[in-house]
Amino acid sequence: MKMMVAIKRVVDYNVKVRVKADHSGVDLANVKMSMNPFCEIAVEEAVRLKEAGVATEIVVVSVGPTTAQEQLRTALALGADRAILVEAADELNSLAVAKALKAVVDKEQPQLVILGKQAIDSDNNQTGQMLAALTDYAQGTFASKVEVAGDKLNVTREIDGGLQAISLNLPAIVTTDLRLNEPRYASLPNIMKAKKKPLETVTPDALGVSLASTNKTLKVEAPAARSAGIKVKSVAELVEKLKNEAKVI
Amino acid sequence: MTILVVADLLQGPENGAVAPATLNTVDAAAKVGGDVHVLIAGQGVGGVAEAAAKIAGVAKVLVADNAAYAHLLPENVAPLIVALVTESGAKGYSHVLAPATTNGKNILPRVAALLHVDQISEIISVESADTFKRPIYAGNAIATVQSSAAIKVITVRTTGFDPVAAEGGSASVEAIAAAHDAGTSKFVGEALAKSDRPELTAAKIVVSGGRGMGNGDNFKHLYTLADKLGAAVGASRAAVDAGFVPNDMQVGQTGKIVAPQLYIAVGISGSIQHLAGMKDAKVIVAINKDEEAPIFQVADYGLVADLFDAVPELASHL
Repeated sequence: MKMMVAIKRVVDYNVKVRVKADHSGVDLANVKMSMNPFCEIAVEEAVRLKEAGVATEIVVVSVGPTTAQEQLRTALALGADRAILVEAADELNSLAVAKALKAVVDKEQPQLVILGKQAIDSDNNQTGQMLAALTDYAQGTFASKVEVAGDKLNVTREIDGGLQAISLNLPAIVTTDLRLNEPRYASLPNIMKAKKKPLETVTPDALGVSLASTNKTLKVEAPAARSAGIKVKSVAELVEKLKNEAKVI
Repeated sequence: MTILVVADLLQGPENGAVAPATLNTVDAAAKVGGDVHVLIAGQGVGGVAEAAAKIAGVAKVLVADNAAYAHLLPENVAPLIVALVTESGAKGYSHVLAPATTNGKNILPRVAALLHVDQISEIISVESADTFKRPIYAGNAIATVQSSAAIKVITVRTTGFDPVAAEGGSASVEAIAAAHDAGTSKFVGEALAKSDRPELTAAKIVVSGGRGMGNGDNFKHLYTLADKLGAAVGASRAAVDAGFVPNDMQVGQTGKIVAPQLYIAVGISGSIQHLAGMKDAKVIVAINKDEEAPIFQVADYGLVADLFDAVPELASHL
Protein backbone atom coordinates (compact mmCIF):
# COMPACT_ATOMS: atom_id res chain seq x y z
CA MET A 1 0.00 0.00 0.00
CA LYS A 2 0.99 3.57 -0.60
CA MET A 3 1.64 5.64 2.50
CA MET A 4 1.93 9.33 3.15
CA VAL A 5 3.69 10.94 6.09
CA ALA A 6 3.32 14.61 7.01
CA ILE A 7 6.25 16.29 8.72
CA LYS A 8 6.85 19.73 10.19
CA ARG A 9 9.97 21.84 10.60
CA VAL A 10 9.99 23.21 14.14
CA VAL A 11 12.40 24.74 16.60
CA ASP A 12 14.59 21.99 18.06
CA TYR A 13 13.07 20.52 21.21
CA ASN A 14 16.17 21.30 23.28
CA VAL A 15 16.08 25.01 22.52
CA LYS A 16 14.73 27.24 25.25
CA VAL A 17 12.75 29.76 23.24
CA ARG A 18 12.58 33.47 24.05
CA VAL A 19 9.63 35.73 23.49
CA LYS A 20 10.33 38.77 21.26
CA ALA A 21 10.40 42.14 23.02
CA ASP A 22 7.52 43.44 20.86
CA HIS A 23 5.35 40.43 21.84
CA SER A 24 4.79 39.49 18.18
CA GLY A 25 6.00 35.94 18.67
CA VAL A 26 9.02 33.94 19.77
CA ASP A 27 12.46 34.71 18.44
CA LEU A 28 13.38 32.05 15.88
CA ALA A 29 16.29 33.91 14.28
CA ASN A 30 19.43 31.79 14.43
CA VAL A 31 17.96 28.99 16.51
CA LYS A 32 18.38 25.34 15.60
CA MET A 33 15.45 23.87 13.66
CA SER A 34 14.64 20.16 13.38
CA MET A 35 11.96 17.72 12.38
CA ASN A 36 9.18 17.72 14.99
CA PRO A 37 9.87 14.69 17.26
CA PHE A 38 6.40 13.20 16.74
CA CYS A 39 6.92 13.45 12.95
CA GLU A 40 10.16 11.47 13.28
CA ILE A 41 8.13 8.72 14.91
CA ALA A 42 5.64 8.90 12.02
CA VAL A 43 8.42 8.53 9.43
CA GLU A 44 9.93 5.63 11.40
CA GLU A 45 6.60 3.80 11.54
CA ALA A 46 6.11 4.16 7.78
CA VAL A 47 9.63 2.88 7.12
CA ARG A 48 9.03 -0.10 9.42
CA LEU A 49 5.78 -0.90 7.59
CA LYS A 50 7.72 -0.78 4.33
CA GLU A 51 10.41 -3.06 5.74
CA ALA A 52 7.66 -5.44 6.85
CA GLY A 53 6.39 -5.54 3.26
CA VAL A 54 3.13 -3.74 4.06
CA ALA A 55 3.93 -0.38 2.49
CA THR A 56 5.10 -0.17 -1.09
CA GLU A 57 5.85 3.54 -1.34
CA ILE A 58 6.29 6.31 1.23
CA VAL A 59 5.55 9.88 0.19
CA VAL A 60 6.63 12.46 2.74
CA VAL A 61 4.94 15.86 2.69
CA SER A 62 5.60 19.13 4.46
CA VAL A 63 3.59 22.33 4.34
CA GLY A 64 5.86 25.23 5.16
CA PRO A 65 8.78 27.44 4.16
CA THR A 66 11.43 26.61 1.54
CA THR A 67 13.80 25.66 4.35
CA ALA A 68 11.54 22.72 5.26
CA GLN A 69 13.31 20.95 2.34
CA GLU A 70 16.03 20.11 4.89
CA GLN A 71 13.58 18.13 6.99
CA LEU A 72 12.13 16.45 3.89
CA ARG A 73 15.68 15.36 2.92
CA THR A 74 16.09 13.98 6.44
CA ALA A 75 12.91 11.93 5.98
CA LEU A 76 14.20 10.69 2.62
CA ALA A 77 17.46 9.67 4.30
CA LEU A 78 15.45 7.72 6.87
CA GLY A 79 13.74 5.71 4.13
CA ALA A 80 10.94 7.73 2.50
CA ASP A 81 10.84 7.36 -1.30
CA ARG A 82 9.92 10.84 -2.44
CA ALA A 83 8.96 14.19 -1.01
CA ILE A 84 6.48 16.97 -1.69
CA LEU A 85 6.83 20.47 -0.29
CA VAL A 86 3.75 22.64 -0.27
CA GLU A 87 5.55 25.95 -0.10
CA ALA A 88 3.88 28.47 2.17
CA ALA A 89 4.74 31.14 4.67
CA ASP A 90 5.53 30.29 8.25
CA GLU A 91 2.91 30.26 10.98
CA LEU A 92 0.09 28.46 9.21
CA ASN A 93 -2.87 27.35 11.25
CA SER A 94 -3.74 23.67 11.51
CA LEU A 95 -6.82 23.91 9.30
CA ALA A 96 -4.82 25.46 6.45
CA VAL A 97 -2.23 22.69 6.74
CA ALA A 98 -4.98 20.05 6.83
CA LYS A 99 -6.54 21.54 3.68
CA ALA A 100 -3.20 21.48 1.86
CA LEU A 101 -2.60 17.88 2.97
CA LYS A 102 -6.12 16.95 1.83
CA ALA A 103 -5.29 18.26 -1.66
CA VAL A 104 -2.15 16.09 -1.70
CA VAL A 105 -4.13 13.08 -0.43
CA ASP A 106 -6.63 13.58 -3.27
CA LYS A 107 -3.79 13.54 -5.78
CA GLU A 108 -1.69 10.74 -4.30
CA GLN A 109 -4.46 8.50 -2.93
CA PRO A 110 -2.48 6.92 -0.07
CA GLN A 111 -4.11 4.13 1.94
CA LEU A 112 -2.61 5.32 5.18
CA VAL A 113 -1.51 8.78 6.28
CA ILE A 114 0.64 9.10 9.40
CA LEU A 115 1.19 12.38 11.24
CA GLY A 116 2.63 13.28 14.62
CA LYS A 117 0.09 13.83 17.37
CA GLN A 118 1.20 17.42 17.88
CA ALA A 119 3.87 19.88 16.85
CA ILE A 120 6.01 21.03 19.76
CA ASP A 121 5.86 24.69 18.67
CA SER A 122 2.13 25.38 18.42
CA ASP A 123 1.16 22.43 20.68
CA ASN A 124 -2.19 22.32 18.83
CA ASN A 125 -2.83 18.60 18.37
CA GLN A 126 -5.32 19.28 15.55
CA THR A 127 -3.96 18.63 12.06
CA GLY A 128 -4.40 14.84 11.92
CA GLN A 129 -7.96 14.99 13.20
CA MET A 130 -8.77 17.84 10.78
CA LEU A 131 -7.32 15.93 7.83
CA ALA A 132 -9.43 12.92 8.84
CA ALA A 133 -12.52 15.13 8.88
CA LEU A 134 -11.79 16.70 5.47
CA THR A 135 -11.09 13.32 3.83
CA ASP A 136 -13.92 11.63 5.75
CA TYR A 137 -11.48 8.88 6.79
CA ALA A 138 -11.40 7.23 10.20
CA GLN A 139 -8.76 8.46 12.64
CA GLY A 140 -6.48 6.61 15.04
CA THR A 141 -4.98 9.33 17.21
CA PHE A 142 -2.21 9.02 19.84
CA ALA A 143 -1.24 5.62 18.46
CA SER A 144 1.20 3.45 20.39
CA LYS A 145 0.73 0.41 18.11
CA VAL A 146 -0.36 0.12 14.47
CA GLU A 147 -1.12 -3.11 12.59
CA VAL A 148 -2.49 -3.52 9.10
CA ALA A 149 -4.90 -6.48 8.93
CA GLY A 150 -6.29 -6.87 5.41
CA ASP A 151 -8.49 -3.86 4.66
CA LYS A 152 -8.56 -2.85 8.34
CA LEU A 153 -6.12 -1.07 10.57
CA ASN A 154 -5.78 -2.09 14.22
CA VAL A 155 -4.63 0.80 16.36
CA THR A 156 -3.78 0.86 20.07
CA ARG A 157 -4.26 4.37 21.43
CA GLU A 158 -2.91 6.05 24.53
CA ILE A 159 -5.91 7.44 26.42
CA ASP A 160 -6.17 9.18 29.80
CA GLY A 161 -6.82 6.06 31.85
CA GLY A 162 -4.63 3.60 29.93
CA LEU A 163 -4.86 2.06 26.45
CA GLN A 164 -7.69 1.66 23.96
CA ALA A 165 -7.82 -0.66 20.94
CA ILE A 166 -9.82 0.31 17.86
CA SER A 167 -10.24 -1.04 14.36
CA LEU A 168 -10.44 1.36 11.41
CA ASN A 169 -11.42 0.95 7.78
CA LEU A 170 -8.65 1.82 5.33
CA PRO A 171 -7.84 4.37 4.07
CA ALA A 172 -7.25 5.92 7.46
CA ILE A 173 -5.36 8.66 9.30
CA VAL A 174 -3.05 7.86 12.22
CA THR A 175 -1.28 10.25 14.59
CA THR A 176 1.70 9.00 16.55
CA ASP A 177 2.32 9.05 20.25
CA LEU A 178 5.79 8.88 21.76
CA ARG A 179 5.60 5.20 22.60
CA LEU A 180 4.92 4.02 19.04
CA ASN A 181 8.59 3.43 18.24
CA GLU A 182 12.13 4.68 18.63
CA PRO A 183 13.18 6.56 15.50
CA ARG A 184 16.46 5.56 13.83
CA TYR A 185 19.29 7.87 12.83
CA ALA A 186 20.07 8.54 9.19
CA SER A 187 23.38 7.00 8.09
CA LEU A 188 25.84 9.06 6.08
CA PRO A 189 25.45 6.94 2.88
CA ASN A 190 21.66 7.29 3.18
CA ILE A 191 21.98 11.06 3.63
CA MET A 192 24.01 11.16 0.39
CA LYS A 193 21.48 8.95 -1.43
CA ALA A 194 18.60 11.11 -0.18
CA LYS A 195 20.00 14.04 -2.16
CA LYS A 196 19.14 12.19 -5.37
CA LYS A 197 15.59 11.24 -4.37
CA PRO A 198 12.79 13.31 -5.97
CA LEU A 199 11.53 16.39 -4.13
CA GLU A 200 8.63 18.18 -5.77
CA THR A 201 7.60 21.71 -4.80
CA VAL A 202 4.04 22.95 -5.25
CA THR A 203 2.20 26.08 -4.15
CA PRO A 204 -1.09 26.17 -2.26
CA ASP A 205 -2.54 28.08 -5.23
CA ALA A 206 -1.66 25.24 -7.58
CA LEU A 207 -3.48 22.88 -5.21
CA GLY A 208 -6.45 25.26 -5.10
CA VAL A 209 -6.16 25.69 -1.32
CA SER A 210 -6.93 28.86 0.60
CA LEU A 211 -4.80 29.40 3.70
CA ALA A 212 -7.14 31.96 5.26
CA SER A 213 -7.63 31.54 8.98
CA THR A 214 -10.29 32.41 11.53
CA ASN A 215 -7.66 32.69 14.26
CA LYS A 216 -5.40 35.65 14.86
CA THR A 217 -2.59 35.82 17.41
CA LEU A 218 -2.75 39.20 19.10
CA LYS A 219 0.19 38.86 21.45
CA VAL A 220 2.80 36.41 22.69
CA GLU A 221 4.16 36.86 26.21
CA ALA A 222 6.57 35.08 28.48
CA PRO A 223 4.84 33.05 31.17
CA ALA A 224 4.88 34.46 34.68
CA ALA A 225 8.26 33.62 36.14
CA ARG A 226 8.42 31.61 39.35
CA SER A 227 10.18 33.42 42.14
CA ALA A 228 13.45 31.85 43.14
CA GLY A 229 13.21 29.15 45.74
CA ILE A 230 15.52 28.11 48.52
CA LYS A 231 17.58 25.04 49.23
CA VAL A 232 16.87 23.33 52.52
CA LYS A 233 19.53 21.40 54.39
CA SER A 234 17.54 18.50 55.79
CA VAL A 235 14.31 16.57 55.49
CA ALA A 236 13.23 17.95 58.86
CA GLU A 237 13.67 21.50 57.61
CA LEU A 238 11.73 20.64 54.42
CA VAL A 239 8.80 19.27 56.40
CA GLU A 240 8.83 22.31 58.67
CA LYS A 241 8.76 24.69 55.68
CA LEU A 242 5.98 22.79 53.94
CA LYS A 243 3.87 22.78 57.10
CA ASN A 244 4.45 26.28 58.43
CA GLU A 245 5.66 28.41 55.52
CA ALA A 246 3.95 26.99 52.42
CA LYS A 247 1.11 25.40 54.42
CA VAL A 248 0.55 22.70 51.79
CA ILE A 249 0.71 19.61 54.01
CA MET B 1 -25.24 33.47 23.07
CA THR B 2 -25.31 29.79 23.94
CA ILE B 3 -22.32 27.60 24.64
CA LEU B 4 -22.25 23.88 24.04
CA VAL B 5 -19.97 21.92 26.36
CA VAL B 6 -19.15 18.43 25.12
CA ALA B 7 -18.88 16.31 28.26
CA ASP B 8 -16.09 13.78 28.56
CA LEU B 9 -17.20 10.51 30.09
CA LEU B 10 -15.12 8.12 32.16
CA GLN B 11 -14.90 4.56 30.88
CA GLY B 12 -14.16 1.38 32.76
CA PRO B 13 -15.41 0.83 36.33
CA GLU B 14 -16.99 4.30 36.54
CA ASN B 15 -18.79 3.43 33.33
CA GLY B 16 -20.08 6.58 31.78
CA ALA B 17 -19.80 8.97 34.72
CA VAL B 18 -19.04 12.55 33.71
CA ALA B 19 -15.27 13.09 33.80
CA PRO B 20 -14.28 15.73 36.41
CA ALA B 21 -12.54 17.76 33.66
CA THR B 22 -16.02 18.57 32.35
CA LEU B 23 -16.68 20.66 35.50
CA ASN B 24 -13.64 22.86 34.78
CA THR B 25 -14.89 23.26 31.21
CA VAL B 26 -18.30 24.45 32.44
CA ASP B 27 -16.42 27.09 34.47
CA ALA B 28 -14.64 28.24 31.28
CA ALA B 29 -18.02 28.33 29.49
CA ALA B 30 -19.47 30.47 32.29
CA LYS B 31 -16.56 32.90 31.87
CA VAL B 32 -17.40 33.22 28.14
CA GLY B 33 -20.92 34.19 29.27
CA GLY B 34 -24.32 32.96 28.09
CA ASP B 35 -26.44 29.86 28.53
CA VAL B 36 -24.44 26.67 29.00
CA HIS B 37 -25.72 23.44 27.46
CA VAL B 38 -23.94 20.15 28.12
CA LEU B 39 -23.95 17.34 25.57
CA ILE B 40 -23.81 13.80 26.92
CA ALA B 41 -23.16 11.38 24.07
CA GLY B 42 -22.76 7.68 24.69
CA GLN B 43 -24.61 4.44 25.14
CA GLY B 44 -26.83 3.89 28.17
CA VAL B 45 -26.12 7.38 29.49
CA GLY B 46 -29.60 8.33 30.74
CA GLY B 47 -28.44 8.19 34.37
CA VAL B 48 -25.32 10.19 33.56
CA ALA B 49 -27.49 12.89 31.99
CA GLU B 50 -29.63 13.06 35.15
CA ALA B 51 -26.46 13.56 37.18
CA ALA B 52 -25.15 16.14 34.70
CA ALA B 53 -28.37 18.14 35.07
CA LYS B 54 -27.30 18.86 38.67
CA ILE B 55 -24.04 20.55 37.62
CA ALA B 56 -24.11 24.16 38.78
CA GLY B 57 -24.61 26.73 36.03
CA VAL B 58 -25.88 24.37 33.35
CA ALA B 59 -29.15 25.45 31.65
CA LYS B 60 -29.79 22.35 29.58
CA VAL B 61 -28.45 18.83 29.15
CA LEU B 62 -28.70 17.22 25.71
CA VAL B 63 -28.56 13.43 25.73
CA ALA B 64 -27.61 11.49 22.61
CA ASP B 65 -28.02 7.90 23.76
CA ASN B 66 -27.12 5.56 20.94
CA ALA B 67 -24.87 2.57 20.32
CA ALA B 68 -23.06 4.65 17.67
CA TYR B 69 -21.78 7.00 20.37
CA ALA B 70 -20.40 4.34 22.71
CA HIS B 71 -16.75 5.06 23.58
CA LEU B 72 -17.07 8.48 21.91
CA LEU B 73 -15.67 7.44 18.53
CA PRO B 74 -14.94 10.77 16.77
CA GLU B 75 -16.18 9.56 13.36
CA ASN B 76 -19.68 9.34 14.85
CA VAL B 77 -19.68 11.98 17.58
CA ALA B 78 -18.21 14.81 15.48
CA PRO B 79 -21.09 14.79 12.92
CA LEU B 80 -23.55 14.76 15.85
CA ILE B 81 -22.01 17.93 17.27
CA VAL B 82 -21.84 19.58 13.84
CA ALA B 83 -25.53 18.79 13.27
CA LEU B 84 -26.43 20.24 16.68
CA VAL B 85 -24.73 23.56 16.00
CA THR B 86 -25.73 23.98 12.35
CA GLU B 87 -29.24 22.50 12.07
CA SER B 88 -32.04 24.89 11.21
CA GLY B 89 -33.85 26.21 14.25
CA ALA B 90 -30.62 25.60 16.11
CA LYS B 91 -30.10 26.80 19.62
CA GLY B 92 -27.81 29.59 18.47
CA TYR B 93 -24.56 28.05 19.59
CA SER B 94 -21.67 30.50 19.43
CA HIS B 95 -19.07 28.28 21.12
CA VAL B 96 -18.33 24.57 21.35
CA LEU B 97 -16.09 23.72 24.30
CA ALA B 98 -14.62 20.43 25.44
CA PRO B 99 -12.03 19.58 28.09
CA ALA B 100 -8.54 18.95 26.68
CA THR B 101 -8.69 15.30 27.69
CA THR B 102 -7.76 12.60 25.18
CA ASN B 103 -11.43 12.36 24.15
CA GLY B 104 -11.77 16.13 23.80
CA LYS B 105 -8.56 16.39 21.79
CA ASN B 106 -9.64 13.49 19.61
CA ILE B 107 -13.12 14.79 18.76
CA LEU B 108 -13.03 18.59 18.66
CA PRO B 109 -10.54 19.24 15.82
CA ARG B 110 -12.70 16.96 13.70
CA VAL B 111 -15.70 19.14 14.57
CA ALA B 112 -13.77 22.33 13.76
CA ALA B 113 -12.68 21.07 10.34
CA LEU B 114 -16.23 19.97 9.48
CA LEU B 115 -17.36 23.50 10.39
CA HIS B 116 -14.41 24.97 8.39
CA VAL B 117 -13.12 26.97 11.33
CA ASP B 118 -9.82 26.95 13.19
CA GLN B 119 -9.80 25.50 16.66
CA ILE B 120 -8.18 27.07 19.71
CA SER B 121 -6.50 24.34 21.77
CA GLU B 122 -5.98 24.18 25.52
CA ILE B 123 -7.03 27.66 26.60
CA ILE B 124 -5.92 28.69 30.10
CA SER B 125 -7.99 31.87 30.34
CA VAL B 126 -10.96 33.62 28.77
CA GLU B 127 -10.16 37.28 27.97
CA SER B 128 -13.48 37.93 26.22
CA ALA B 129 -16.05 35.96 24.24
CA ASP B 130 -13.68 35.80 21.25
CA THR B 131 -10.22 36.15 22.83
CA PHE B 132 -8.38 33.49 24.80
CA LYS B 133 -4.93 32.75 26.20
CA ARG B 134 -3.13 29.49 25.54
CA PRO B 135 0.38 28.19 26.15
CA ILE B 136 2.67 27.40 23.19
CA TYR B 137 6.24 26.02 22.92
CA ALA B 138 5.74 23.61 25.83
CA GLY B 139 4.44 26.41 28.02
CA ASN B 140 7.45 28.67 27.42
CA ALA B 141 5.24 31.34 25.84
CA ILE B 142 1.62 32.38 26.29
CA ALA B 143 -0.30 33.42 23.16
CA THR B 144 -3.39 35.60 23.16
CA VAL B 145 -5.57 34.38 20.30
CA GLN B 146 -8.67 35.97 18.81
CA SER B 147 -11.20 33.97 16.81
CA SER B 148 -13.40 35.50 14.11
CA ALA B 149 -15.24 32.23 13.51
CA ALA B 150 -19.03 32.26 13.71
CA ILE B 151 -18.81 29.19 15.92
CA LYS B 152 -15.73 29.08 18.12
CA VAL B 153 -14.37 25.61 18.74
CA ILE B 154 -12.17 25.41 21.83
CA THR B 155 -10.56 22.85 24.10
CA VAL B 156 -10.01 23.83 27.72
CA ARG B 157 -6.94 23.06 29.81
CA THR B 158 -8.56 22.04 33.05
CA THR B 159 -5.81 23.33 35.31
CA GLY B 160 -6.59 26.87 34.08
CA PHE B 161 -10.11 26.81 35.53
CA ASP B 162 -11.75 25.84 38.81
CA PRO B 163 -14.31 23.05 38.70
CA VAL B 164 -17.91 24.14 39.21
CA ALA B 165 -20.01 22.31 41.80
CA ALA B 166 -21.30 18.94 40.63
CA GLU B 167 -24.49 19.45 42.67
CA GLY B 168 -26.98 22.24 43.05
CA GLY B 169 -28.03 22.90 39.46
CA SER B 170 -31.37 21.98 37.92
CA ALA B 171 -31.03 21.83 34.15
CA SER B 172 -33.70 20.48 31.84
CA VAL B 173 -32.84 17.28 30.00
CA GLU B 174 -33.55 16.96 26.28
CA ALA B 175 -33.09 13.77 24.28
CA ILE B 176 -31.42 13.98 20.86
CA ALA B 177 -32.69 11.26 18.56
CA ALA B 178 -30.16 11.64 15.75
CA ALA B 179 -27.81 8.72 15.14
CA HIS B 180 -24.71 9.38 13.08
CA ASP B 181 -22.90 6.14 12.39
CA ALA B 182 -20.09 6.56 9.87
CA GLY B 183 -19.32 2.85 10.09
CA THR B 184 -15.61 3.48 9.52
CA SER B 185 -14.32 2.71 13.01
CA LYS B 186 -14.97 0.18 15.74
CA PHE B 187 -14.10 -0.01 19.43
CA VAL B 188 -12.26 -3.25 20.16
CA GLY B 189 -11.27 -3.07 23.82
CA GLU B 190 -9.39 -1.16 26.44
CA ALA B 191 -6.84 -1.77 29.16
CA LEU B 192 -7.19 0.76 31.94
CA ALA B 193 -4.52 1.17 34.59
CA LYS B 194 -5.87 0.37 38.04
CA SER B 195 -5.14 2.80 40.84
CA ASP B 196 -6.64 3.52 44.27
CA ARG B 197 -4.83 6.84 44.54
CA PRO B 198 -6.36 10.15 43.46
CA GLU B 199 -6.54 10.86 39.75
CA LEU B 200 -3.30 12.53 38.64
CA THR B 201 -4.79 15.61 37.00
CA ALA B 202 -7.18 16.28 39.90
CA ALA B 203 -4.90 15.52 42.86
CA LYS B 204 -3.98 18.26 45.35
CA ILE B 205 -0.56 16.72 45.90
CA VAL B 206 1.50 14.88 43.30
CA VAL B 207 4.68 12.91 43.98
CA SER B 208 6.66 12.12 40.82
CA GLY B 209 9.67 9.97 40.17
CA GLY B 210 12.20 10.08 37.36
CA ARG B 211 15.15 8.14 36.07
CA GLY B 212 16.85 8.57 39.44
CA MET B 213 14.44 6.03 40.91
CA GLY B 214 16.63 3.37 39.30
CA ASN B 215 13.91 0.76 38.76
CA GLY B 216 10.18 0.09 39.04
CA ASP B 217 10.46 -1.56 42.46
CA ASN B 218 11.90 1.60 43.96
CA PHE B 219 8.67 3.44 43.14
CA LYS B 220 7.31 1.73 46.28
CA HIS B 221 9.10 4.45 48.26
CA LEU B 222 7.03 7.05 46.39
CA TYR B 223 3.80 5.06 46.88
CA THR B 224 4.41 4.98 50.65
CA LEU B 225 5.05 8.71 50.69
CA ALA B 226 2.05 9.39 48.42
CA ASP B 227 -0.29 7.36 50.63
CA LYS B 228 0.76 9.35 53.70
CA LEU B 229 0.08 12.59 51.82
CA GLY B 230 -3.08 11.44 50.02
CA ALA B 231 -1.19 12.19 46.83
CA ALA B 232 -1.23 10.88 43.27
CA VAL B 233 1.96 9.43 41.82
CA GLY B 234 3.38 10.68 38.53
CA ALA B 235 6.52 10.08 36.54
CA SER B 236 8.85 11.68 34.05
CA ARG B 237 9.18 10.37 30.52
CA ALA B 238 12.54 8.85 31.41
CA ALA B 239 10.88 6.70 34.07
CA VAL B 240 8.14 5.63 31.65
CA ASP B 241 10.53 4.86 28.80
CA ALA B 242 12.71 2.82 31.16
CA GLY B 243 9.61 0.72 31.95
CA PHE B 244 9.48 1.67 35.65
CA VAL B 245 5.80 2.67 35.44
CA PRO B 246 2.99 2.75 32.83
CA ASN B 247 2.80 5.72 30.46
CA ASP B 248 -0.49 7.08 31.79
CA MET B 249 1.54 8.27 34.80
CA GLN B 250 3.67 10.55 32.63
CA VAL B 251 3.62 14.24 33.49
CA GLY B 252 4.78 16.65 30.80
CA GLN B 253 4.20 18.16 27.38
CA THR B 254 3.27 14.79 25.93
CA GLY B 255 1.73 13.35 29.07
CA LYS B 256 -0.58 14.94 31.60
CA ILE B 257 -0.63 18.57 32.67
CA VAL B 258 -1.03 18.96 36.42
CA ALA B 259 -1.28 22.01 38.67
CA PRO B 260 -1.54 20.66 42.22
CA GLN B 261 -0.97 22.55 45.47
CA LEU B 262 2.24 20.61 46.00
CA TYR B 263 4.42 18.81 43.45
CA ILE B 264 7.30 16.74 44.76
CA ALA B 265 9.82 15.85 42.04
CA VAL B 266 12.08 13.00 43.07
CA GLY B 267 15.07 12.02 40.94
CA ILE B 268 13.80 14.22 38.08
CA SER B 269 16.31 16.53 36.35
CA GLY B 270 13.62 18.91 35.09
CA SER B 271 13.72 18.94 31.28
CA ILE B 272 11.70 21.56 29.34
CA GLN B 273 9.17 18.87 28.39
CA HIS B 274 8.64 17.78 31.99
CA LEU B 275 8.36 21.34 33.30
CA ALA B 276 5.63 21.97 30.71
CA GLY B 277 3.46 19.54 32.63
CA MET B 278 3.93 20.78 36.19
CA LYS B 279 5.35 24.27 36.45
CA ASP B 280 1.98 25.76 37.38
CA ALA B 281 1.96 23.83 40.64
CA LYS B 282 1.61 26.16 43.64
CA VAL B 283 4.61 24.77 45.48
CA ILE B 284 7.33 22.66 43.89
CA VAL B 285 9.74 20.54 45.93
CA ALA B 286 12.76 18.91 44.31
CA ILE B 287 14.77 16.09 45.80
CA ASN B 288 17.84 15.36 43.72
CA LYS B 289 21.43 14.48 44.45
CA ASP B 290 22.69 16.64 41.55
CA GLU B 291 22.69 20.20 42.82
CA GLU B 292 23.06 21.49 39.23
CA ALA B 293 19.81 19.81 38.08
CA PRO B 294 17.54 22.32 36.24
CA ILE B 295 14.61 21.33 38.46
CA PHE B 296 16.15 23.43 41.26
CA GLN B 297 15.57 26.57 39.15
CA VAL B 298 11.80 26.18 39.49
CA ALA B 299 11.63 24.47 42.86
CA ASP B 300 10.40 26.51 45.83
CA TYR B 301 12.19 24.11 48.13
CA GLY B 302 15.14 22.06 47.00
CA LEU B 303 16.85 19.30 48.91
CA VAL B 304 20.18 18.04 47.59
CA ALA B 305 20.22 14.50 48.90
CA ASP B 306 20.09 10.85 47.91
CA LEU B 307 16.41 10.12 47.33
CA PHE B 308 16.75 6.66 48.87
CA ASP B 309 17.60 8.32 52.21
CA ALA B 310 15.41 11.40 51.87
CA VAL B 311 12.12 9.87 50.69
CA PRO B 312 11.74 7.28 53.50
CA GLU B 313 12.81 9.92 56.02
CA LEU B 314 10.25 12.35 54.63
CA ALA B 315 7.54 9.69 54.87
CA SER B 316 8.50 8.99 58.48
CA HIS B 317 8.03 12.68 59.36
CA LEU B 318 4.40 12.69 58.22
